[in-house]
Amino acid sequence: MLKIHNLTKRFGGLAAVNNVSIEFEANKINAIIGPNGAGKSTFFNLVAGAMAPTEGRIEYQGMDITGMACDRIARLGIARTFQTTMLFDQSTVLDNLIVGHRLRTQSRLWDVIINSKRLRDEEKKCRARAQEVLDFVGLSHIGHRITADISQEEKKRVAFALALATDPELVLLDEPAGGINPEETENLAALIRKMVDHGVTVCLIEHKMDMIMSLADKIMVIDHGEKIAEGTPDEVKNNPLVIEAYLGSDEDAAA
Amino acid sequence: MSALTKISNFFMTPAMKIAMIVAALLFPFVAGNEYQIYVMALAFVWAIAVYGMNIITGLCGQLNLAHGGFFAMGAYALAILTVDHGWAFWPAFIAAGAVGAILGFLVGVISLRLKEHYFAIFTLCVGFIIYLLLDKWEELTHGALGIINIPAPSGFGLVDFTETTPFYYLALAFMVLSIWLASRIAHSLLGRTFLAIRISDDLAASLGINLMRNKVLAFVLSTTYASVAGALYAGMVRFIGPAEAEVTHTFDMITYLLVGGIGTLMGPLLGTLVITWLTQSLQFLEEYRMIVFGPMLVVLVIFFPKGVVGSFLSWRGRRLAAAHDASQAKEKAASNTSSSKSSAASTQEAGNHA
Ligand SMILES: Nc1ncnc2c1ncn2[C@@H]1O[C@H](COP(=O)(O)OP(=O)(O)OP(=O)(O)O)[C@@H](O)[C@H]1O
Ligand SMILES: [Mg+2]
Repeated sequence: MLKIHNLTKRFGGLAAVNNVSIEFEANKINAIIGPNGAGKSTFFNLVAGAMAPTEGRIEYQGMDITGMACDRIARLGIARTFQTTMLFDQSTVLDNLIVGHRLRTQSRLWDVIINSKRLRDEEKKCRARAQEVLDFVGLSHIGHRITADISQEEKKRVAFALALATDPELVLLDEPAGGINPEETENLAALIRKMVDHGVTVCLIEHKMDMIMSLADKIMVIDHGEKIAEGTPDEVKNNPLVIEAYLGSDEDAAA
Repeated sequence: MSALTKISNFFMTPAMKIAMIVAALLFPFVAGNEYQIYVMALAFVWAIAVYGMNIITGLCGQLNLAHGGFFAMGAYALAILTVDHGWAFWPAFIAAGAVGAILGFLVGVISLRLKEHYFAIFTLCVGFIIYLLLDKWEELTHGALGIINIPAPSGFGLVDFTETTPFYYLALAFMVLSIWLASRIAHSLLGRTFLAIRISDDLAASLGINLMRNKVLAFVLSTTYASVAGALYAGMVRFIGPAEAEVTHTFDMITYLLVGGIGTLMGPLLGTLVITWLTQSLQFLEEYRMIVFGPMLVVLVIFFPKGVVGSFLSWRGRRLAAAHDASQAKEKAASNTSSSKSSAASTQEAGNHA
């Protein structure tokens, strides 16, 4: 589904992502782990088209999408959530989701001025899709709440729903379980599995190891921008390079 | 239902809109004097420009500090075409709107490449350049002298728009049209698209929204509003000078927006009216009115950061949500008691069997 060839992104002298090659299969849960500042979010930004890579190639469903604009990539079926959840706090949860399906609609200013049938149909379609994804993430009971008043975990779910409203085939989740408690984390993991069951491929960044180890089909480990390991949870867990990257500082401290 | 809920619900009904329009139609009859009608008409004209600012800044989140400049451009386009080139008012009026749209497009395409405060600073400079052009390009703009004898809107022999009251109704008609279009935009997918950009460029782009195209569209809409308002202004005051492009007008409009409620539908109108009449009623204090005005603004921004309308809408949204939750809980409780009753009954039955 997604093939990355020798991807590199440099910020001045710093190689935030350095010569990373990897392949993610469809209908799987792929995880990216690594210490803080390893370049995980940057990797997502490159795949989603938020920034252009310095070198390398990104292939999505056999198509070269390297350097393509973010909105075009979204229309091709790659959606994402962000490390910090961004929603419009002042409107209701459901209202936040309606724009998610905008990319599948055509209405322009003229349709708005004359209130065309196309616009009305498309607005209905977007609203229906918003309701659908809200049900999917299990929040239909809070669709009417003001977004500022819902919990952190609920906001994360709304962000998932917003990504799903774009009708994606691949969803990139940046630290979905950041800042929520263990029980909520398990519920969120169940939701991620449900997404995959419904034919969405997931790629997630996470620091919570328990979650990753039980959830992921494949894990890529990056450190200082470089891929240091990839494989199943068991393979990665026992990889000495990974252990060193994660525990290295502790050993240094002990020594 | 409490009286408070009833009142707040009424604010959202079509009846409220009709009541407001009727009040506006009756205003000239209840106004104490012609001056008050004039002030109100002027407030309507400014409100049109403020609605434009609300599209780019309130909905789309881009702080455009050249807005007053585009207002002045509209006024000058109308004045130059009518006074120096002998155009009739209405063709010149349409041309002024077109000038606002075209210049808005050109400025937008360049300035919207910048983000956040860089955009704000750039547009501040654009506003100042507009001021300089109007002030220095004497062959075109008459320089510091300004342009006098601008014709009033032609009434085609039916009405005389040099009179205050007819002009008041003209301004009202244009303002209602502006609000109608603004409401169409705000409540449509297009408005939601703009709002997504206001939340964050990154988020909007990740939702497949073409940032540049939508920002430029919002910008062009806003500059068109501004220049139409400017042209109407020129037809009302009949004399304009470079001072129309001073940045203080932009800041005034931002104040109207903040007071009324940025990004809301009725905020621009409410803010413009409140500040206009407040300024009028504090006129006797002359320069010292800022001593009253400043602290009032500070208090407002602290206690009503979303402006009057914005705060009202959140308050109402919360009440509606709470009411919804309460009724859901009631329903649930009702179904729970009935199911617990039936389960109690079945246990009893089981007991009887035993
Ligand atoms: N736009 C940018 N400009 C300059 N440097 C950047 C930019 N974005 C990221 N970096 C740098 O690139 C490196 C990788 O950052 P990135 O956000 O990808 O890390 P991360 O693995 O997501 O970390 P975390 O787990 O803390 O989220 C960091 O050193 C960061 O400072
Ligand atoms: Mg990160």
